[in-house]
Amino acid sequence: MRVLRADLHIHTCLSPCADRSMRPVNVVAMARRQGLDVIAICDHNSAENAAATQSVAEVAGIAVIGGMEITSREEVHLLALLPDDGALTATQTIVYAHLPGENAPEIFGAQWVVDDQDRLVAENPRLLIGATDLSLGEVVDLVHGHGGLAIASHVDRPSFSLLSQLGFVPDDLALDGIEVCAAGVEDPACGLAVIRSSDAHRPEEIGCETTGFLVENGSLAEIALALRGEGGRRVVRTG
Amino acid sequence: MVLREIVETFQLGVEACGDLLGVEVTGGYASDLLSDVIAHARKGDLWVTLQTHRNTVAVASMKELAAIVTVNGRRPEEETLASAREEGIPLLVSPLPAFELIGRLHGLGLSGMEM
Repeated sequence: MRVLRADLHIHTCLSPCADRSMRPVNVVAMARRQGLDVIAICDHNSAENAAATQSVAEVAGIAVIGGMEITSREEVHLLALLPDDGALTATQTIVYAHLPGENAPEIFGAQWVVDDQDRLVAENPRLLIGATDLSLGEVVDLVHGHGGLAIASHVDRPSFSLLSQLGFVPDDLALDGIEVCAAGVEDPACGLAVIRSSDAHRPEEIGCETTGFLVENGSLAEIALALRGEGGRRVVRTG
Repeated sequence: MVLREIVETFQLGVEACGDLLGVEVTGGYASDLLSDVIAHARKGDLWVTLQTHRNTVAVASMKELAAIVTVNGRRPEEETLASAREEGIPLLVSPLPAFELIGRLHGLGLSGMEM
């Protein structure tokens, strides 16, 4: 086993709030320059750029986990990391069915679906920046139902975080971990595994915060073991 | 002001703890961020919110709030109802949007500030 450096929260140009240069070839190049071994693509309420990024990263030797940053009814952001394409697509279908509204690109920004050569394929018409009508518990159940991991996003932020919206971590919520994004913030003591990631919306933010996982490889199954501290796998600090 | 008077005046739906409407309401607070309510609500406040998650009850209990009113007809979730019965926090529902309900509550004499 070895320590892999991971940034499990990266947006692409599919998120209306992300920089337009956040396209697969660019994202993977930046991840490589930062020495990352594993990244996760987590756009708002959609995963349509995950496969293209995976295809680029395969060549570069970086593991890409397909995911989404799902917004619950309470306006809490949750990272959903899924084990494979099928699970990701199935989860996305349910998220879409619970996500009302249409995007207004001139207000919220464009939502580009791109291919593995960074070419525009389509614009996603949904209101990805909006909230689903799924409760936090329902989102966690949805993700677990598809074999994924559910991690509360950026709990150190004053908006759209589990702590800002709901004050504290509900004791009946089966989270797999919580995420901290700012450097220098102490790990919250809540009995859950803590990861650090960049929540990158711009290329220069990729890898700003990372998590070290002592694992066999960069698969979701290995990361799940590390979050639970099982089989000798664990989360370690990276500087 | 007694909670029952507010419930009757605005015909609020009573979802939990209808036997506790004799509680005294001394002010009001409106927020959908529970972290903000923890920081700023005062004991005896009537809390107006859109949030229906179970954590609202824990926050109301901790801050000794008089009751929670959800707006736009949003009804509490099952687990929220169960917690409210356990903690003795009345849960009320108004069909009105928050701005309108708060305006009317203010007109009835409830304040959001120390008088």
